Amino acid sequence: MKVPMTEYLRIDLDSEKWECRVCDHEIGPATKGYKEGMLVHDRDPREIHPPILDPDKYRYTFCPDPEWVRILEYYCPHCGTMVETEYAIPGHPPLHDMQPDLPVLRAQWAGRGQLAEPVVGPEVLADQGHSH
Amino acid sequence: MNKIATPAKTKTPSSEELALIEKFLNDTTLFLGPDPEIMQNHDLMPRSAVEDEAIGRMSDAHTIAKIRDRIQAGCDEGYEMVEQMGAAPGAKWGDVITGVYSASGDLAIASAGGVLLFSALVHHPIKFIIKNWLNDPTVGVREGDGFIHNDSRYGNVHNTDQSMILPIFHDGKLVCWVASTVHEGENGAIEPGGMPSMAESPSDEGLKMCPFKVVENYEIKRDLLTFLQNSVREPKLQYEDMKVKLYACLRIKQRIVETLGTDGPDALVSTLRLTMENVRTEVKRRVSEWPDMTVRTYVIQDSTLRENCVVKVNCKLTKTGDRLIFDFRGSAPEFTNRPTNTIVAGLKGMLSQLFLCYVWPDLPRGQAAFAPIEVITDPHSIMNCSYDAPNSQSLMSIFTGFTAGQHAVAKFLYSCPEKYTKVHAPTFNMINTFIWGGVSQHGETLGNLCADLNGMGAGATVDRDGEHALAPIFATMADIGEQELNEEDVPFLQLVSKKMTRDAIAPGKYRGGQGYTMMVATKDSDQWGFMTTCQGAKIPPMQGLFGGYACGTYPLAKIRGVDVYDVLLETPEKFRHSIEELMNERPFEGASYTTHHMGMGFEISKRGELFMISQGAGAGYGDLLERDPAGVVRDIEEGLISPGVAERLYKVKFDPATLAIDHQATATARDAERKARLARGVPYAEFVKTWNKPTPPAHLQYFGCWGEDIDKLYMGSAERFRTGSEPKPNYMPNPKDVRIAELEARLAALDALGGEKQ
Ligand SMILES: [Zn+2]
Repeated sequence: MKVPMTEYLRIDLDSEKWECRVCDHEIGPATKGYKEGMLVHDRDPREIHPPILDPDKYRYTFCPDPEWVRILEYYCPHCGTMVETEYAIPGHPPLHDMQPDLPVLRAQWAGRGQLAEPVVGPEVLADQGHSH
Repeated sequence: MNKIATPAKTKTPSSEELALIEKFLNDTTLFLGPDPEIMQNHDLMPRSAVEDEAIGRMSDAHTIAKIRDRIQAGCDEGYEMVEQMGAAPGAKWGDVITGVYSASGDLAIASAGGVLLFSALVHHPIKFIIKNWLNDPTVGVREGDGFIHNDSRYGNVHNTDQSMILPIFHDGKLVCWVASTVHEGENGAIEPGGMPSMAESPSDEGLKMCPFKVVENYEIKRDLLTFLQNSVREPKLQYEDMKVKLYACLRIKQRIVETLGTDGPDALVSTLRLTMENVRTEVKRRVSEWPDMTVRTYVIQDSTLRENCVVKVNCKLTKTGDRLIFDFRGSAPEFTNRPTNTIVAGLKGMLSQLFLCYVWPDLPRGQAAFAPIEVITDPHSIMNCSYDAPNSQSLMSIFTGFTAGQHAVAKFLYSCPEKYTKVHAPTFNMINTFIWGGVSQHGETLGNLCADLNGMGAGATVDRDGEHALAPIFATMADIGEQELNEEDVPFLQLVSKKMTRDAIAPGKYRGGQGYTMMVATKDSDQWGFMTTCQGAKIPPMQGLFGGYACGTYPLAKIRGVDVYDVLLETPEKFRHSIEELMNERPFEGASYTTHHMGMGFEISKRGELFMISQGAGAGYGDLLERDPAGVVRDIEEGLISPGVAERLYKVKFDPATLAIDHQATATARDAERKARLARGVPYAEFVKTWNKPTPPAHLQYFGCWGEDIDKLYMGSAERFRTGSEPKPNYMPNPKDVRIAELEARLAALDALGGEKQ
């Protein structure tokens, strides 16, 4: 049984492994954080959020201060998909962001059965109004 | 409210003695302050004997559905009345709400539109009235009475919101309450507009109305009204909106009386109670469908609105079985003299808004949906501040707390087959708008804000870009106002408004909805000024989702020493319509061009000086290399992103003149970028060896826990800290004193103090 946990990650409940949904790469044990099986890049936020005001002239430029915050980018080590980002204070340990209870998950999904695709959720549709 | 703490080493009193002491203390209470027993609890009151009997006599589901719809329609009618007739700008844009509360004070049904958060928090003042005034011979609660309230320490979010609360009787018995709340704006605080960022104690926050009776026989008492008018900058607004709220409550009362006439009190009482109980049960069922998991996230506030610093909002969300537990321990300690703290009820109200607007919008809007969800905080923290701490800018903490919750919830919902909305990246969470005040062109004293606070860029969803400047996280169906109408009352113009700020982006497979530029300049008053109250000029106030990026940061820009109205009259070709062009090209000779963080205290402006900000973008969703190239080009065409930035980030190749996409070259560039990621990415175990540091960086003033040790709360540096459970004062120096000390140190270093005596 495989459960899609995020846009790019799933858990194989039998092998208890995180897997990449893009390339099927086995990332690591689901008893640990998926980040431990990822490549990490310490991204200067100015590269993603470009200065709109001239940084030579101004203290605030629409650009995050690279000494105050960094963007940790987590890549699948096999296909290079960016699985997650984390805006982090410099030096702050990365978060163990998703820590599932695997036995409970297994019992829950045993009752559901494998889904072909994750459920997207309902569309918000315009009300057709009240008419007679 | 008196809890008896027995010193450990003295004789332990017997239970009889304790009861006697408690009675003595209760009988001789000198001041009925905010009541922790009421304020710390957000669950439903226990089912009363009256409710139990009513349900025993009437619990037919069809009748209940009919009555619920009828009361819902009554609430919506009251909402419309306040929105149409209210004088506060906030009322006109839908920053209002109405609701019906059970006899015990729980919010059973709220209007479909408006700021649910308000209603979800008015149960606290109602419970205060029930506990303290109902049986007080000098006050009492009678038919025709109305109570007013605004002090957030007794309920609600901040003191700018005022509520009118009416008890409803049937045959002499209290059957329920109705209430209406409006973001009024002005409340006589140290700065105009009702949300002072300069407040250093609760005494700077203006009007502090604990719940009191201001209406008798359905009429506002003129002496009390005059006192309230005399305490604020907008006396006419105070009167008009008290009347509007009263009449909205009376309209809802009329609908309730009609229901009592047709269906009787049992049906009404049973409907209110069962609506809440059924929602509470349904929420527990829905939560049980989520995966059992712990999700961790944090959001950073980068200022107190007075100074830039790093203030952590720490969130661990755990779901086990049918329990959902928000744990905000480890968040920054409360600031003793900064107003960005929140009382915990405000945080809970905002989280309830998360579920009813973004997760389960199909559920009846009331208090019950959040009732079974648990919240843990440290005492005297920014998420659960003491009653001695200022909280007039609690929005900063409840919004960032909301975003932490929204980010965490998305990670639970993705795998859950039962969904009521789509998985959603965080929506922008700061009120990037101008608060204004002074004397208008008509000679009136005013203090309020631009409705653009409601224009927050939406987060992207699992299959769609976020919508631009759509609606605030605290209200559905709110509006960003008609600026032209506003300009008839106020002496300034928005010279640029609703123009998207190019390159202020949140990229992703689906990008966040973007924000727009606002440029204001005073025109027809010598006594007019602005303030801004947002964080996020140095650190984005949110996180992206599943590989999407958050928004960037948003500064305040000023151009002073120019009268832009003269420029527009004489040399209009010099004017530019973007902050980017005005600030980088500096077209007005002799003017000063400066940038600032978004916590501008109230500042008087001269005619024609430009104050410029941008709304923020919602967060992106997914890996930006998966974005449809056509979507990237559409963003260029719509002025959301410049071609160079689009090409560099999204690796889309196109003809610079025609924007025709070269799909082959795009695929090649994206493959190359994926390979580049593999080359530059460092294996996690190796990465953390150099990245992880044991304490916060020395160059940042850091507040809150570091890493997983949530019990050690830093207070500005690695050397200053407290434990989570033991409060300590946390004073910030005046930023001007800090600056003076810096400059004096430089003078001293130059030996230029001139022998000044110390
Ligand atoms: Zn992969």
